[in-house]
Amino acid sequence: MNERQVITVSQLNRYMKSLIEGDAALASVWVRGELSNFTNHYKTGHMYMTVKDEGAAIRAVMFARDAAKLRFMPENGMKVLVQGRVAVYERDGQYQLYLREMEPDGVGALYLAFEQLKRKLGEEGLFDESRKRPIPKLPLKIGVITSPTGAAVRDVIHVLGRRFPLAEVLLYPVLVQGENAPPQLIEALKYFSDTGEADLVILGRGGGSIEELWAFNDEGVARAIAACKVPVISAVGHETDFTIADFAADLRAPTPSAAAELSVPDTMTLKTRFANLDARLLALVRTRLQSARAKVADLASRRVFKSPAIYIDDRRMAVVAMTARLDAAMRLQGARRRHRLEVAAGKLGALSPLAVLGRGYSVILREGAAVRARTELSPGDKIEIMLAKGGANATVTEVYDGK
Amino acid sequence: MENKNLGFEESVARLEEIVKLLESGDAKLEQALALFEEGVSLTARCNKLLDGAEQKVMMFVKDAGGDIVKTPMPQQGEPV
Repeated sequence: MNERQVITVSQLNRYMKSLIEGDAALASVWVRGELSNFTNHYKTGHMYMTVKDEGAAIRAVMFARDAAKLRFMPENGMKVLVQGRVAVYERDGQYQLYLREMEPDGVGALYLAFEQLKRKLGEEGLFDESRKRPIPKLPLKIGVITSPTGAAVRDVIHVLGRRFPLAEVLLYPVLVQGENAPPQLIEALKYFSDTGEADLVILGRGGGSIEELWAFNDEGVARAIAACKVPVISAVGHETDFTIADFAADLRAPTPSAAAELSVPDTMTLKTRFANLDARLLALVRTRLQSARAKVADLASRRVFKSPAIYIDDRRMAVVAMTARLDAAMRLQGARRRHRLEVAAGKLGALSPLAVLGRGYSVILREGAAVRARTELSPGDKIEIMLAKGGANATVTEVYDGK
Repeated sequence: MENKNLGFEESVARLEEIVKLLESGDAKLEQALALFEEGVSLTARCNKLLDGAEQKVMMFVKDAGGDIVKTPMPQQGEPV
């Protein structure tokens, strides 16, 4: 009969540990599976999870040092490839995976990180249309955050200079790729936000690989864009490149050149607009002048004035003086427009009853009302005679029928 | 006219205001003419500003003390 050899649990687990951890094949394995029971320990930064397939499961842990290098956040149900070593946790008699790396299975880690950050910030409302500030129509100081040496900065300065040289360009040079790029982008955005030195900020870089554009998918950069008090136009890479910065910006331009095009009005368009404004001003003031003339004409037929002719004369002289002034102002404009005004003013004059008085006719007023027939008058009536200039009071001595 | 010192942006804002005032029809004749004269001189001034504009490009750099200062951007082609 064999003598029983009794060992402690600790001894057993220690033995198992030495067996498993002594196996070189288990020191580094890649395992494909799906994540469940995922916990991100917020204090320590360690991540705990179960990796499983249809028939089996294994516990896994990823310590903070490795977890910090992940570009995406693991989630339950996510298909992953994990790499690590198999080790025994003596206390529980469990073997588990100590993970050093994790990749999404099927899609790239960067793609997944992009989608996750986009979803997270989207749910926070950072990309809401209601948050977007309007782009100023007439920016005179344009902040540009980009590399001082790339093609992007040359394109932006060139387009701005061609379209609207009146706008000053304020270049804030930054690194646009690499791990130092996000803090510099954030610093530049904060500078423009704090100082308000620019009316508008263009943030961007030229084309590149997804890794080269990665600084524009940084969470801190996205938040700095959203927090910037000055409107931001993003212009990252080419037309087909979308970054988180694009979603956070007030306006996305497909390229840096396009951002410059979108940010300022075109000088030629502006000049056309000023020409139209001149014409509009003229039309408005002419309408106003016409209504003044109509008012004078109206006064001529009113009965309420003691000395209507004098009053009307004053008003007429005012209109004449105004017309002269308008004419003088018109010399700033082309001769064609002035001619049109003269024609219009002449027509108005011809229609005025005052012009009739000017030709030697007069108006008889009795108790302020114009007299049209002799039946309205009797000998002894006091009447007023309205002339082109001044007037006279008279008494009727005789009335008779027309000959 | 007192508009000589107005910048481009202010000039355009004033122009828009003048058009609104004239459109409202509330202005007295005297005032309407004054507004017209002002408006025409403003558009002339804006055109002059546009015609005479030369692009200015400034760059922020950090001085020895780490403060951000503005300097003219070096010409294209020069080492930055």
